[in-house]
Amino acid sequence: MIGHEKKLGWGFTAPALVWTLAFFVAPFLVMIAMSFANLEGRTLIWGVHLDNYIELANRPYLLRAVAVSMQITFIVTLASVVLAYPLAAIIAFRVPQHWQRFVLLLAILPFWTSYVIRSYAWLLVLAREGLVNQTLIHLGIIAEPITLANSRFATVTGFIHFFVMLLTLTIYANLVQLSPNYRLAARDLGANTFQIFRHVILPLSLPGIVTGAFLTFVLCIGDYVTPHILGGNNELTMPQVVMVQLGRRADFPLASAMAIVMMGFVTIAYLASARWLRLDRL
Amino acid sequence: MRTIFSWLYLILAFGFIYLPVVVLVLYSFQESGLPVPPFDGPSLKWYDDVLRDSDVTDALTHSLLVAVGSSVVAVIFGFLAAYGLARYTFSGSPFIRLLLIAPLTVSYLIVGLGLLIVLTRVGLGLSLVTAGIGHVVINLPLAFAIIFASMNAKQENAERAARDLGATEMRVIFFVTVPMLMPAIAAAFFLSVTLSWDEFIISFLLTRFDITLPVEIWSMLRSGLSPRLNAIGSVVFLISVAVVLILEFTVLRKRHL
Repeated sequence: MIGHEKKLGWGFTAPALVWTLAFFVAPFLVMIAMSFANLEGRTLIWGVHLDNYIELANRPYLLRAVAVSMQITFIVTLASVVLAYPLAAIIAFRVPQHWQRFVLLLAILPFWTSYVIRSYAWLLVLAREGLVNQTLIHLGIIAEPITLANSRFATVTGFIHFFVMLLTLTIYANLVQLSPNYRLAARDLGANTFQIFRHVILPLSLPGIVTGAFLTFVLCIGDYVTPHILGGNNELTMPQVVMVQLGRRADFPLASAMAIVMMGFVTIAYLASARWLRLDRL
Repeated sequence: MRTIFSWLYLILAFGFIYLPVVVLVLYSFQESGLPVPPFDGPSLKWYDDVLRDSDVTDALTHSLLVAVGSSVVAVIFGFLAAYGLARYTFSGSPFIRLLLIAPLTVSYLIVGLGLLIVLTRVGLGLSLVTAGIGHVVINLPLAFAIIFASMNAKQENAERAARDLGATEMRVIFFVTVPMLMPAIAAAFFLSVTLSWDEFIISFLLTRFDITLPVEIWSMLRSGLSPRLNAIGSVVFLISVAVVLILEFTVLRKRHL
């Protein structure tokens, strides 16, 4: 019976397991091996060479991409948390209970748009002839259109727009789980509004913040579309470098090494936030 | 005073969140050829133009095929794995659970890159099928997690009763487990469809001649701002929103009652 049970359990799990092994784990391992391979002319030489990683460390434009990606990711994660927290708190504490789900649904509806379309929409807003420039000229604030699109500012704006919605969701989910008794108890003990926020609400909502911030970090550092459409050609991020290596030179080894470096940063972010992460509660 | 401040913040936040969407949709009705102010519509000519373009309609069909196909596979495999892991205990099952969830923590670019390397090595041509394979990889963990999370003792008792009454394993699954888990299964399916429908980078890397809609839009982007892009973007957005609203007002609403 036990043997039979075991077989059935494996049997049901097998299709998903085989799929994940064949199309996720195996390609991932091949990619790691690829990052240690060498490209000589058009021929690929497998082996354990560190050339790709050495090249990453020595080519200024590759190192620059790592720095640009990290800067953008940190700015975006921080700004998104700061902007999303009040929004989530207002929906959780100020909006009448009956309307909360609806307001939340509305607040994150544009979240369900393709990166490509969302980035294009921001390009429209920020273009030289776009809405923001024309409005500012109309109001007499500026005389000439200013460059908003094709800049780091545009990339960051596009990212923040997306991640504010994501973080509002994770922080709201955390805040509504908090019993109002905590606040009432703190108030009875003489805490003012700021003290309640600083010493009661904020520490208790840390899992929601960290979970959302981690997802923001992972998605932001790995996105190719937003910086490519909105960022212009002045600076490249890590995913853009990966795509350049794939496209122009079909340099799979160097692209793989860059992807591994990206994974490394995600792993560091994971380890740093693991204590508060609640990925299973999403 | 604090309430006024709150409402002001709420309005500003909604303004920021909806600004690009409103601009996108509004200027899809532009009369002239540049989707920037001043607005000179409304006109439906760009919708007409886009829906007559066979490249666009083909891409739309491809996107629907890939989205539905990959979601069906992801949900079936995800359900079976959830059933196996929830109902049977066997050595290594906690590890398998972690393994099935693992693709969620890796960016789509890396999933696509790994598959691209392997597929080109093996010599398998890139097509809608290879893009679909990639979409199953990213949707399977979600489908599994959603369905696994909603499995509990309620269904297990009903299953045991059915088995005692002589039902075979197949019948138990089809007539007891699946109907009882329908909300979770439908939620997993619709979520998969939306994610696959909007997905760009894996489709971009893993398709060649037949492409999906986000990839088609990407190639249209090279010629700059155009009301055609606004029109097609609005259609894509509308379809995503429709799927999300169906999910919200049918499946999730019921689950919360």
